Amino acid sequence: MAEIRKDIKQSRKFSKVKKNKKLTWKIIKNQKELMFMSVPFLVYIGIFAYAPIWGWLMAFQNYKPGLSILKQQWVGFTQFTNLFSYMGFVQVIRNTVAMSLINLVLGMICPIVLALLINEIKSMYFKRTVQTISYLPHFLSWIIATGIVADVLSTDPAIGIINNLLMNFHIVSEPILFLGIPKLFWGIVGVSTVWKEVGWGTIIYLAAISSIDPALYEAAEIDGAGRFQKMRHITLTGIKSTVIILLIMNIGHILEAGFEIQYFLGNGLVSDYSKTIDIFVLDYGINQFNYSLATAAGIFKSAVSITMLLLANFISGKLSDEKLI
Amino acid sequence: MKKGIKTTKIEDGVFNTFNAIFMTLLVVVTLYPFLNTLAISFNDAADTLKGGIYVWPREWTMFNFRSIFATGFLYHAFFISVSRTVLSTILNLFFTTMLAYTLSRKEYFLRKFITIVFVLTMYFNAGLIPSYFLIKSLGLRGNFLVYIIPTMIGAFNLIVIRTYIKSLPDSMIEAAKIDGAGEFSIFIKIIFPLCKPVLAVVGLFVAVGAWNTWFDTFLYASSEQNLSTLQYELMKLLSTSMQTGTTAAAQFGGKEALSGAGNTVTPQSIRAASTVVAALPILMVYPFLQKYFVVGLNVGSVKE
Repeated sequence: MAEIRKDIKQSRKFSKVKKNKKLTWKIIKNQKELMFMSVPFLVYIGIFAYAPIWGWLMAFQNYKPGLSILKQQWVGFTQFTNLFSYMGFVQVIRNTVAMSLINLVLGMICPIVLALLINEIKSMYFKRTVQTISYLPHFLSWIIATGIVADVLSTDPAIGIINNLLMNFHIVSEPILFLGIPKLFWGIVGVSTVWKEVGWGTIIYLAAISSIDPALYEAAEIDGAGRFQKMRHITLTGIKSTVIILLIMNIGHILEAGFEIQYFLGNGLVSDYSKTIDIFVLDYGINQFNYSLATAAGIFKSAVSITMLLLANFISGKLSDEKLI
Repeated sequence: MKKGIKTTKIEDGVFNTFNAIFMTLLVVVTLYPFLNTLAISFNDAADTLKGGIYVWPREWTMFNFRSIFATGFLYHAFFISVSRTVLSTILNLFFTTMLAYTLSRKEYFLRKFITIVFVLTMYFNAGLIPSYFLIKSLGLRGNFLVYIIPTMIGAFNLIVIRTYIKSLPDSMIEAAKIDGAGEFSIFIKIIFPLCKPVLAVVGLFVAVGAWNTWFDTFLYASSEQNLSTLQYELMKLLSTSMQTGTTAAAQFGGKEALSGAGNTVTPQSIRAASTVVAALPILMVYPFLQKYFVVGLNVGSVKE
């Protein structure tokens, strides 16, 4: 095995050298038209994605609007130490990580389970109907979705269906203000996100399931495997690599707990549990003009995301052969 | 032996029944809130306050819809939303496919470099404040183009389309080249028409994104009423009604509680009607593109 790998590596090196040698004016001239069709977009992405990195300098300054970025007062890492000595930010990180972990766990498990169950539906018509309807909330904006969540959880007897049901079954005697209870906030965010995205999440797993060789199921049947055994040993094993790749991609987004859902559902009563890094950046940067502190928080977020992604990629490369990059 | 088969059959039956019940529940939980909103939007506002509206209106009226469009600015916001969505989708699809075509050509010497430059943008971004400064210094603030230009090419869509083009047979391109066709005309005449399935789904992604966003309006055009979008108007409606409690008189209700000929509007009914207007266009399109979804979600394709 090792030898083969070495061979592959060497041949790669070889081909690289060859390519470099080949690049001549003739090639550039021949590929002139391809360059016309692509280089403008390279400039475009340079301006819109890479040029703003220049603004990261603000995090090391005490930025005052009006002056050029080069004439600002330099303060080194003071903004970062300010950020972490400020108690609120630790709370903000806790909220962000907690909610994104909840989303990560529920967001992986629920679609997998649902995909397994949808796969077991025999009637094609019923299957397709369930699928179409389960995709619906994904296409609604978070504004609409959070409006719906607020309606469903409302204390108003005219619209709050959950409170109405609880009262009808005499589980509670008075309507509960769900969105005003800090301890419930993370859970509400988790459940709402599952409601919105679970159906959409199944697509990728159902595609993976449909590419499993049917002969495996037949063989298992002959060996006397029951339904659950087949689900566990063939279907789940068959989608393992898809699950790992998606897990790596999602771990890189550990500080992306979402922004809109907390922004819309959060209120004064639950703000200790609802504020995330993105909301913090918006509050300090756009609303209070503290650009330096907000940029520092943004850099912290980017750094953690990339570290987590590389780490997850590395670990999974060690454990199995699934790697993203 | 026989007994074993029988029990698995019973097990199967029980499983199927539970599965069907679970799926029905899922469908109900997914659909109910939406049907409820739809019913409220068509129901008389004063009657809604009495409660008991579930999935069917009790007193039909079109007044909620008429009153949201009567004010004019929601009508304009709808127009802005439609134009930004249509323009973004067309430009985005054309440019992304063109770039994807060049990146699919194995002999192109910049192929690797450009791919990496774009893929990297999926994993980091410069952050809110630096991007805000960029838009400001480019003069895009308060400009309609802010809805189009910054989101013209997405890395993920680029990779998805490139992977699709790679799967097309090379022989057609070679044949066209022998006939003397240039790269651009190969792209326009051969590749672009062949990409229909992937363009359908990427187009849907782009359109949904453009239609549903409110944040760029909030950041870059909140002071320009004539650039306001439907989602932004909805967001304003929603945040006022959430902060003051759902039944309190909010923006609309306060100003326009017309109690003329039995016609009233409440924040609740206005919100329901606006939600329906904002959601319906997309909900009418997506079921028809369902069979292409898988093409656009191919995660394996991110791998080089």
